Amino acid sequence: MFGKLTLSAIPFNIPIVMGAVAFMVLCVIGVLAAITYLGKWKYLWTEWLTSVDHKKIGIMYMILAFIMLLRGFADAIMMRSQQALSYGSNMGYLPPQHFDQVFSAHGTIMIFFMAMPFIIGLMNCILPLQIGARDVAFPLLNNFSFWLTAAGAVLVNVSLAIGNFSRAGWLAYPPLSELHFSPGVGVDYYIWALQISGIGTTLTGVNFIATILKMRAPGMSMMRMPVFVWASLCASVLIVVAFPILTVTLGLLTMDRYLGMHFFTNSLGGDPMMYINLIWIWGHPEVYILILPLFGVFSEIVPTFSGKPLFGYASMVYATMAIAVLSMLVWLHHFFTMGAGPAVNAFYGITTMIIAVPTGVKIFNWIFTMYRGRVRFDTPMLWTLGFLITFTIGGMTGVLLAEPPADFVLHNSLFLIAHFHNVIIGGVVFGVFAGVSYWFPKITGFHLHEGLGKLAFWFWFVGFYVAFMPLYALGLMGATRRMDHYNVAAWHPLFIIAAVGAGIIALGIGTQVLQLVVSFMQREKLRDTTGDPWNGRTLEWSLPSPAPAYNFARIPIVRERDAYWDMKKRGVDLKGSTFVPIHMPRNKATGFIMAGCMFVTGFALVWQIWWLVIAGFAATVATLIRHAFDDDRDYHIGADEVRKSEALYDRVKAGSV
Amino acid sequence: MRNFWSRFCRLLPLAATALLAGCHGALLHPAGPIGMAERSIIYTATGLMLVVVAPVIALVVLIAWRYRASNTKARYEPEWSHSTRIEVVMWTIPVIIVSILGVIAWRSSHQLDPFRHIPSPAKPIHVEAVAMDWKWLFIYPDLHIASVNEVAMPVGVPVVFHITSATVMNSFFIPRLGSQIYAMANMQTADNLVASRTGTFRGISANFSGNGFSGMTFKAVSMTSADFKQWVAKVSASSQHLDAAQYVALDKPSQNVPVTYYSQVMPNLFEQILAGKFRSGQLLASASAPTPARGSK
Repeated sequence: MFGKLTLSAIPFNIPIVMGAVAFMVLCVIGVLAAITYLGKWKYLWTEWLTSVDHKKIGIMYMILAFIMLLRGFADAIMMRSQQALSYGSNMGYLPPQHFDQVFSAHGTIMIFFMAMPFIIGLMNCILPLQIGARDVAFPLLNNFSFWLTAAGAVLVNVSLAIGNFSRAGWLAYPPLSELHFSPGVGVDYYIWALQISGIGTTLTGVNFIATILKMRAPGMSMMRMPVFVWASLCASVLIVVAFPILTVTLGLLTMDRYLGMHFFTNSLGGDPMMYINLIWIWGHPEVYILILPLFGVFSEIVPTFSGKPLFGYASMVYATMAIAVLSMLVWLHHFFTMGAGPAVNAFYGITTMIIAVPTGVKIFNWIFTMYRGRVRFDTPMLWTLGFLITFTIGGMTGVLLAEPPADFVLHNSLFLIAHFHNVIIGGVVFGVFAGVSYWFPKITGFHLHEGLGKLAFWFWFVGFYVAFMPLYALGLMGATRRMDHYNVAAWHPLFIIAAVGAGIIALGIGTQVLQLVVSFMQREKLRDTTGDPWNGRTLEWSLPSPAPAYNFARIPIVRERDAYWDMKKRGVDLKGSTFVPIHMPRNKATGFIMAGCMFVTGFALVWQIWWLVIAGFAATVATLIRHAFDDDRDYHIGADEVRKSEALYDRVKAGSV
Repeated sequence: MRNFWSRFCRLLPLAATALLAGCHGALLHPAGPIGMAERSIIYTATGLMLVVVAPVIALVVLIAWRYRASNTKARYEPEWSHSTRIEVVMWTIPVIIVSILGVIAWRSSHQLDPFRHIPSPAKPIHVEAVAMDWKWLFIYPDLHIASVNEVAMPVGVPVVFHITSATVMNSFFIPRLGSQIYAMANMQTADNLVASRTGTFRGISANFSGNGFSGMTFKAVSMTSADFKQWVAKVSASSQHLDAAQYVALDKPSQNVPVTYYSQVMPNLFEQILAGKFRSGQLLASASAPTPARGSK
């Protein structure tokens, strides 16, 4: 009846896991109770969960990402404390079978359910506003994409309570991830969580390519697009190119595990190394899917806070495209040690180094944007400066690892771990925080508390160096990754320092939580009535904060690169006095229901409850067909209503409300 | 809080010692020419990059501070955003550095290819290394002896490791000697190493392989040729023989396995492991043919 699922799947005997589960269940019950108490169910359903408004979907993405950041960071703290303790006769508090799940979950969650949703959330919130559009090209698809990502995230977290998660690392290399060596459901949870969220990500890529190519305001030629839009376009193209490879690779692994095939097994002609090639053909572009949009974010922040246009716009655009193309040609540098020939290794080493050229150009662009400017050190700019310093160091160690003989000794070491956290924390995470603090007033209508924001930055910045510089040293001392225990005395103090660093980062995250709470409490005091708090340059700042549901009362006509800066200079009246009805998509539950059905299907596939697999899949298709017969898909916001709400914004801006 | 800080301050000298220890870490203190060459590439590449990276970081701080909004004395050019001269320079600098690093990558990849035999007047010794769950088996095919979790070599004599895996993928690595290489089932890789001084070095698997991974370490002992002869004699005196039955017993997953010696090894054991003859829980008779690897015998 329930496939492989029995009551024994719940790990009652492991107190750490049960504690975490109890905490998670209490949080969920608390949230549900609060919604019920406040009577907000209807509001939540009609205004948020079924919303097709890109701004609300973006906010939901970022809420998901922030919660997953807390979960992934809890895993990080567990790893750091285990390795700080587990020296010599002390075995720490995590047995290997638990420790292995912790590092697998940490990587999976941080990449797929923290970094990706943060980036896609930012793109959702800001990109349509920057190109003068009223929504994305496919609003309902956008809602569906979000719920698929959320379904994947929930599936990963369900594995904590029911069964277990993968023990095969965040990329599940076979043959370790094959049924013979990983007989439990852990790898299956990993596969189906990634498959479901991966579909969502692919659809997002399609959606944003269509949006950027087809929905720009009149006059916004490609070379007048903000760099964030360019970067998002390149990232979206990479998503559409790379994610199907992930889907196919995991599909082949699934056939091995479920149907007894031998694509990647040790026997009958299976070739595990094929998986390692395939997963990195997706995996390396993925790295750039993560970082490119944030290069875009920095390219928005530096000009705004320097009071100058971006230096070398064309260079920046070409550099971004060059990185996108090159990112498809470097995957083998993740396994120089597999034993390919020296020519092959050297080829991939050199293509990898070539990426440093356009990346270096970008760094110079940002520096020369500040040059002869008037630099203001608000929180977004602090994160940006932190990024410029940290990312440059991470880039340097990356190019070092691209020398195949250096990689022969540094591969899989803690030096490598330090390197990629150096670029992911220094680039992606700092970039996300820079973007969030920059656009927060636009997204919510009020600022984040500035003092707490700066404090959080310093905790993160210092914490990063304390946590990861010792890992560079440990790597040079021959310490490899993923050890739950070691016997080398010289390593022990460095692991302790690294754990202290993780503690400092924890203070940073705590400060950020506090910052959100305090900012919300003081939202009246922190309200942005101007719509343009930073003296911005791009179109989103021409709108009130938060932007109305229809974004632009009248679609702007773009004449220059920094469109809004140009309009401010020319004193253009953006609205005019005549208003027309605005055509809007209607909120639909289709995306939520379909993703929900796919979650059930995924869970059933993990536990091989075949009747539920069929039922869940049938329900997904039925929901889609039902939607096809639904003609009530759009409505108009009347001209009067637009006039009224615009007049209200004008009065708010004038300070009379 | 005060307690925390006092403890933190007491940790600081510890941290300094540890970082200094890092300078004497395995990779920066190699015991053989391969490791030395790899260290010099790390130094050269880092030094070359620092030529650009250090000024860039300084520039970030200096320019941000020089052009801070409160410094009204600094020049402000609110429309300036292009300079062909600067752009040419900022594309050229990384191109030059990367070109040099690229040449180094090409040449060193060939010179330090792990499959490449090390030129030496001494006749190299061959060792067959098998990654197992979770221990390393070393077979000396010419001496017909084997050991678990300990490999001995005469100092100054090149060692050709022929490597495969009886289980999942691992990575064969003796940090102080240099280059690691993957150990993969059905496939044979090679690692050519030589120790230029005597000593006992840590050997590890550098690729996660499951529950017993952390304890999957071995001793790589470099010794004088006289000591090596004695070591061979000691192993040859062992009462244990590695025949098929013993191998199947050894193949069972085990953790933190002590050093074990075998005075006799069944012929062609390595080739049979490579051919998948012993793959537990899987087909034995129709095991797939091993993939011929580059540089195999």
